[in-house]
Amino acid sequence: MGYVAVRGGSEAVARAEELVACLRLLGGSTPLQLPQIRDQLRHAVSRAMHEGALYAPLLAALAVKQAEGDSIEAAFLLRAYRTTLPRVIASLPVSGRDMLCLRRISASFKDIPGGQILGPATDYLIRLLQPTLADEDVAAVAQAAEQYARLVEMGGRRSGEWGCFPKVADYMRQEKMIVDIPAEPVSSDPFDITREPLTFPCPRSARLQAMAQADTSSLMSFAYSSVRGYGDAHPTLVELRYGYLPVQVAHPLTGEAITIGEIEATEAEVASKAHSVVNSNEPPRFNVGYGFAFGQSELKVMSMAILDSVLTQARAGSLSGESGPAADEEFVLLHCDGIEASGFVAHYKLPHYVTFEADLRVLDRARDHVAQRPTRLGQLVDQALEEQV
Amino acid sequence: MSEKIDQLYNFALLDEDAKREIRRKLLKAVALPGHLVPFASRDLPIARGWGTGGLQITLAIITPDDTLKVIDQGDDESVNAVNLRRLIGRTTGVATTTDTASASLIQTRHRIPEEPLRADQILVLQVPMADPLRWVEPNLERATAMHSESDYGKMWVYMYESVVRAGDLRIASQYPVMVNRRYLMDTTPIPRWDVPKLHMAETLYLFGAGREKRIYAVPPYTLVEPLQFEDYPFRTEYQPDQRCARCGAEQVFLTTHFVPDASGGRWVSTCSDAAYCAKRLAEAEALL
Repeated sequence: MGYVAVRGGSEAVARAEELVACLRLLGGSTPLQLPQIRDQLRHAVSRAMHEGALYAPLLAALAVKQAEGDSIEAAFLLRAYRTTLPRVIASLPVSGRDMLCLRRISASFKDIPGGQILGPATDYLIRLLQPTLADEDVAAVAQAAEQYARLVEMGGRRSGEWGCFPKVADYMRQEKMIVDIPAEPVSSDPFDITREPLTFPCPRSARLQAMAQADTSSLMSFAYSSVRGYGDAHPTLVELRYGYLPVQVAHPLTGEAITIGEIEATEAEVASKAHSVVNSNEPPRFNVGYGFAFGQSELKVMSMAILDSVLTQARAGSLSGESGPAADEEFVLLHCDGIEASGFVAHYKLPHYVTFEADLRVLDRARDHVAQRPTRLGQLVDQALEEQV
Repeated sequence: MSEKIDQLYNFALLDEDAKREIRRKLLKAVALPGHLVPFASRDLPIARGWGTGGLQITLAIITPDDTLKVIDQGDDESVNAVNLRRLIGRTTGVATTTDTASASLIQTRHRIPEEPLRADQILVLQVPMADPLRWVEPNLERATAMHSESDYGKMWVYMYESVVRAGDLRIASQYPVMVNRRYLMDTTPIPRWDVPKLHMAETLYLFGAGREKRIYAVPPYTLVEPLQFEDYPFRTEYQPDQRCARCGAEQVFLTTHFVPDASGGRWVSTCSDAAYCAKRLAEAEALL
């Protein structure tokens, strides 16, 4: 009877799919519209985009809706779509220096050139549930627009200028506090982990790419383990910035740089306390880690930057004390992808009748083996019985 | 709405049972200087790692008559200090100050004020790591056994290796100290400059680690000795030619920051203790 469930599968699969679609609307509430998701669930949309590795806010909103808010499933849907797209052209390298910043902070220095801009930050919010949000109506939209206009006006007056700011990391490089950007082999095309297999040792660009599309929570756990105690990371946030980044491509005929749009992104650099020992002829400097993600994704870029710095130091042999699992590049990069990890963990729901049958035979043999093994106690019992006879 | 919400909460936010637990653990910590005392560590409306350990101690011992000062990196106006002060102020209504001398209770992150503290004051430090053995023994069960046996050999090896690799005891802040010649203790990420202030001090120092769920203490007049080697003695960040660019103070901890001016700006070093710096400037002005 057990085999009935396996056959007739296509019918069951179709019905299961229909059931899922029904459940989403069974509560009777008004169906969500994509702009609502894009605007009001900003972080869910950003997460789907960076983990799905595709910058497409409205498609990401669709993925979030279809996945009913499951972040890994939403990213999975976007990834599965991305893979069908042709690779038209590689953009010119995008630099965080060109970011139109809505927020930029440094934990290394109290004041920085251009000033600290807190911007839209939840860090300092006191986490009290706001009951007023429960009964929000359309009037709130107009109020928010007015409030925003007021805040922009105040901010504009105070700082005098909005826009691009010098990078704190550039100053630290100039002062030889932190290491230079490591030279990578120059090639016309960037390393693409979706087109080339990730083998080890891998170039840093591959490492950063793998982490840029990794599951946020996994990166966070690895980074946390390293800063908490299973590692030697002592990061200091050099700078975190969030805003809009122009993306340019070289004109295929003239080679001229042309801006094709802008993306919302977050980037971070962290300096690590451990000194570089790469070139022992030079005075030691602090190592640097880099993190980048679409949207306002601060936890992700911080985790990524911490891990990048730990992995760089591990390669350079400049860690001391407990290096921990987060210093193992294979361990981190092969277990941080949410799509791969969720897929494999979930695959144990697939039928395993054949392998389990084989396992059962091995278990049987083990039982027989143990039953036949003469134990000391068994021998004593046998001996006693014989003597009685 | 916010008034209604405020009425939902007890004086100093925590319920009285939580306060009683923390006070009992504090008494134990004072009785065993430098010893890590586990406590339950309640959830707070502030994120873990942002000072929830220090905050729970402050909330457990604060009284309506207290005068509170909150600093972060030595600065009362640092965003996190402002935020914590706002929360404590809102849930207790106590008076707040930036003046170290007039505060009865001071909560701090990463600094001990420059002005000498008195016997009638309490300093509460926010602690990220708690266990000084973390870098050599991350497993808490094993580390606890090492503390109970005063088995600090691994830490000495770590220090020796840092001397060999970097030519110095490569621990900038969070410098490990022996307390009362018994327990190895994490000083929290205060700079080395602040470490000697713990030694035979008049003040009670309380340490709270919310995420790690540990409390510890250095009571007044306790021996607090930094780990050091005979040939590599403990040194602070102090440099003989150092001077605050604002108030001219020399015997202080300085931080570097950027000051914009007509020609674009420049990097200068000033007191990290902002209130102390402002006080010195005001005193100098009064003399003029």
